[in-house]
Amino acid sequence: MTAKRNYDPHRKWEPRSLKPGEGGKTSAMIASLAAEGYDTVSAPFGHALVEQARSNDRIVGLTADLAKYTDLHVFAEALPERFYQMGMAEQVMISAAAGMAREGFIPFATTYAVFASRRAYDFIAMAIAEENLPVKIVCALPGLTTGYGPSHQATEDLAIFRGLPNLTIVDPCDAIDVTEAVPAIIAHDGPVYMRLLRGKVPSVIRKHCPDYKFELGKAKLLRDGKDALVIASGFMTMRALDAAVELEKDGVSVAVLHCPTIKPLDAGTILAEAGKGNRLVVTAENHTRVGGLGEAVASTLLTNGVTPAFRMIGLPDQFLDAGALPTLHDRYGISTAAMISQIRGWL
Amino acid sequence: MSGTTATHLPNMSLPRRAWEIRRKAVRMGEVQGQGYVGQALGVADVLAVSYFHALNYRAEDPEWEGRDRFLLSIGHYAIALYSALIEAGILPEQELETYGADDSRLPMSGMAAYTPGMEITGGSLGQGLGIAVGMALGLKAKKNPAFVYNLMSDGELGEGSTWEAAMSAAHHKLSNLICVVDFNDQQADGKSTQMLSAEPLCDKWAAFGWHTQRVDGNDIDALVAAFDAARNLDEAKPRVIICDTLMCKGVPFLEAREITHFVRVEADEWQEALAVLDANRPA
Repeated sequence: MTAKRNYDPHRKWEPRSLKPGEGGKTSAMIASLAAEGYDTVSAPFGHALVEQARSNDRIVGLTADLAKYTDLHVFAEALPERFYQMGMAEQVMISAAAGMAREGFIPFATTYAVFASRRAYDFIAMAIAEENLPVKIVCALPGLTTGYGPSHQATEDLAIFRGLPNLTIVDPCDAIDVTEAVPAIIAHDGPVYMRLLRGKVPSVIRKHCPDYKFELGKAKLLRDGKDALVIASGFMTMRALDAAVELEKDGVSVAVLHCPTIKPLDAGTILAEAGKGNRLVVTAENHTRVGGLGEAVASTLLTNGVTPAFRMIGLPDQFLDAGALPTLHDRYGISTAAMISQIRGWL
Repeated sequence: MSGTTATHLPNMSLPRRAWEIRRKAVRMGEVQGQGYVGQALGVADVLAVSYFHALNYRAEDPEWEGRDRFLLSIGHYAIALYSALIEAGILPEQELETYGADDSRLPMSGMAAYTPGMEITGGSLGQGLGIAVGMALGLKAKKNPAFVYNLMSDGELGEGSTWEAAMSAAHHKLSNLICVVDFNDQQADGKSTQMLSAEPLCDKWAAFGWHTQRVDGNDIDALVAAFDAARNLDEAKPRVIICDTLMCKGVPFLEAREITHFVRVEADEWQEALAVLDANRPA
């Protein structure tokens, strides 16, 4: 019996299908998010952490050979005596972070989301979460933020971590969220998993909503609308805001509720907004539609008897292609254009 | 060593301490009619030397900042550690009767949240040494001279995370970390050396950058010398003491039994085991 493969081994390259210069440019590991029209901030996580650490000597930083790619290099350069390079060894990095937390420190441990969620899970579960230790696990390349292929695309990290008791889960949208989440997760005396946007990170939400502030555990209504309510996390909130602006031009009125804390979910705000009027409720997440924000919201609504028309935008339940990010975001339905056409189709 | 072992019986010999630990473990096994008694009997001498010769601690203040940290990576050895903690005066002896019972502070697998003196939650094997690395790093950062001990089993040598941690400890020159390996050559499916052999074990640890000793883990004089050497070593490297132990040591009819990971003891044999121990009480 032949095992079913995920690909066609006889697939041929068809030179006519893609001319030079067409299509996306790169499937490189690190690509910037397409965020036209927004200013960017460089390494917001690293700078925010340094600022906090200067007045809090309990903070230490650990990484598994990915300081440069998680913006922890900023911390390493500013406070070298409090930085621990653990090498390419995620299991001991997580265990050691647990040990340092036991000794009174607040360790920030960084790697890619795939390695924390898939490789180090048991260590996060037993050494950190079961003990409710204040370790902050901050991971780059969440969901589909690299075109490198499934080895680096953490499309199911939220599903993996949502089942873990005690663990707070944060999925920030932009540079402001990342910057303001850092002191918030330090103030929270328990374990946290935060999805990281790194490098040049767009600053999005305040352009639409100048009074916005990140608050741990709170969903925030960024704009109101009468036809649809999009409940989004991570950079999908940026997509939702952009989509809402476009749809408004066609007379479609879309509200956007930003939900950067995935767990514990702000059920009160979600129920209140989803119960208002007769709007289509759409969840939008940079994650498989299995086990992430969408299913969390769906379960909250159903178990509380709030049953609006409901749709989910997210990645399909499959291992994704390699390619350029804009191509992939279009292909899998999480680009702004794809979001607009999906919402139009449902209304 | 400058152990501040405030106990109810201050002048006991180490063999007698080991005997007391064995006896308490058998009594706990009798409470539930089961338990990892084979491991407890085997490791009792190691624990006696740890708690009554090597470790600094204050029985009345198990979280004293200056204490040496003793991590039980092997959660199922809790029955042995509870016995040592009772013997050391950290847990009251009456609580022995609650071993494994609902709402007891002495669950079958050791967990930090349940028991005073239990530093970590073990049981998911291969985690203790990594946590020990972090605690040793933390102690050094705080300039706290305490040692971290990690008690692990030979079975855990099969876990890749053990060797990640071993590399890490040497890389970070953790001279305040002492790993104690209970080598009883037994794991769930049979002899450890036949499941996934870690031999040549001393060579492996040495190659990983550790000061390495291998001793008869049921020879108290040898253990005392090994612990002293590990604590007093003037080299910036972590230390491992591999202790070859005999499962069920001290109760010959159990030693002779076809040993498995979970030694079978019939209901009427608990008293028999206690009688054997009582007939051989050290001074």
